[in-house]
Amino acid sequence: MLIRTPRASDEKEFAVTPRKLYQQRRQFMKQCAAGAAWATAGWLLPSESSASLIPSNPKRSPYSTTEEWTDKQAATHYNNFYELGYGKTDPSRRAHMLITEPWTVTVEGHCEKPGTYSVEDLIRSEEIEERIYRLRCVEAWSMVIPWLGVSLGSVLKRLQPTSQARYVAFQTIMDPENLPGQRRDVLDWPYVEGLRIDEAMHPLTLLTVGMYGKVLPNQNGAPIRIVVPWKYGFKSIKSIVRIRFVEEQPPTAWNRATPHEYGFYSNVNPTVRHPRWSQRRERRIGEFGKRPTLMFNGYEEEVASLYAGMDLSKYF
Amino acid sequence: MIRPVPWVAPALFLLCLAPAVELAHGLYTNALGPNPLETLTRDTGKWTLRFLLLTLTISPLIRLFQWQFLLRYRRLLGLIAFQYGTIHLTTYLWFDQFFDWAEIWLDILERPFITAGMSAFVMLVPLALTSSRWAQRVMGQAWKRLHRLIYVSAFAGLLHYFWLTRADFLEPAIYAILFALLMLARIRRTTTVSAGES
Ligand code: HEM
Repeated sequence: MLIRTPRASDEKEFAVTPRKLYQQRRQFMKQCAAGAAWATAGWLLPSESSASLIPSNPKRSPYSTTEEWTDKQAATHYNNFYELGYGKTDPSRRAHMLITEPWTVTVEGHCEKPGTYSVEDLIRSEEIEERIYRLRCVEAWSMVIPWLGVSLGSVLKRLQPTSQARYVAFQTIMDPENLPGQRRDVLDWPYVEGLRIDEAMHPLTLLTVGMYGKVLPNQNGAPIRIVVPWKYGFKSIKSIVRIRFVEEQPPTAWNRATPHEYGFYSNVNPTVRHPRWSQRRERRIGEFGKRPTLMFNGYEEEVASLYAGMDLSKYF
Repeated sequence: MIRPVPWVAPALFLLCLAPAVELAHGLYTNALGPNPLETLTRDTGKWTLRFLLLTLTISPLIRLFQWQFLLRYRRLLGLIAFQYGTIHLTTYLWFDQFFDWAEIWLDILERPFITAGMSAFVMLVPLALTSSRWAQRVMGQAWKRLHRLIYVSAFAGLLHYFWLTRADFLEPAIYAILFALLMLARIRRTTTVSAGES
């Protein structure tokens, strides 16, 4: 399969704008607009809603699978998103409890461009691709989902991580007042995840804002999440508010909760025995039978080299 | 003594079957959500546990309120628990494992929650087989002793539930508390009886 090595020009496509600068600029624009006719001011200002980010005709990606998409109803009504409840149907029922506007992502740690960014600061509509990925949950079910997003690596590069940035840590929104799941200590809130920097930079890792041609539904991790298709689903952290470049391997939510079951890497691996679910097979949602689970969820060719020489039963 | 009302037992029987009928109907009309086979396994598991606990409630109620008539329905409740357990096990053997016996055996050995569930079910088998009035009469004291296995089975069922739970222990905890209360009712009786005897 084709692996596109990012060209040097990718980095220069546009410089990311820290939130403060962006707001100053908006302020300036507002003042200018106020001087002009008020009626035109509205469309001079960039829209806040990330719905406007979604291109009507997104680029296709060579990384997409040709497998049949999972029914959208299933992909949006069978979710693990513990912030909205611990049952599979809770997240869609309570989707409105996740407040996504306003939304900012704080970037910090070992990088040259720390700051507070809006989703639009991080992702430009023209860059958005459709990526049809297999999603494998650790609970032994799977889906095929058409995501909309950009390679996380292209965004991280613009934030200019320094040489000390060996890992990237992510954090989900913390809002126990509105998110019922966070009012009980079933996990050590907020939800945190992490990737090694080379995993985060891998072109398959997607910074995602949409699915099925539309903006992400709240229950699927709106407004911005990552998708790491060769890892179990819980690594693909949802509703991200913080990205931190760090030197040490960061803690991750499920590993903290049950370390012997969920490792830091959590690569899809049918040969590593899991105390709860056999990972040898999986049920594709919508199908009756089970199918064999593929090494790295079928992305072995693309990602196996990341783990060359590692004992994957130890670093599970 | 309250006289037996003839239609109560069949009515109770139908009521106990209602969840199974609802599940079958849901399966047929595709109303069990995006992963219907998972729903089936989980719901039948829960009903097995609920009926085990219901069965265990009969004796304390009889003792507390002298509701002797309830004894008639204990066997029914126990058999219903066994019935849901059988469906539950079948959904696992079929839809989870597709009768891959090597894999099933490995699962029983490797996965504590399956070991516990399987033990819980296996213990129910002799109880179901000796549930008839005839067996009860013939076996006498041995029957009583044998049927105390239901305590162990329910306990193993609870372990099974705790061990398969990922993070939210609220529901298994509720069932565990109910079980503890039901067991406590029995221990208290034993101690008060022996205290009275001495
Ligand atoms: C008396 C016997 C049993 C009882 C009381 C029982 C009870 C339960 C309960 C309460 C659940 C959880 C339902 C939920 O979370 O909504 C469950 C799930 C399950 N049980 Fe059982 N069970 C029994 C026997 C068995 C046996 C014999 C097996 C297989 C060998 C089994 C396999 C499973 C599986 C695979 C699940 C689903 C786990 C998951 O979805 O992660 N159970 N059972």
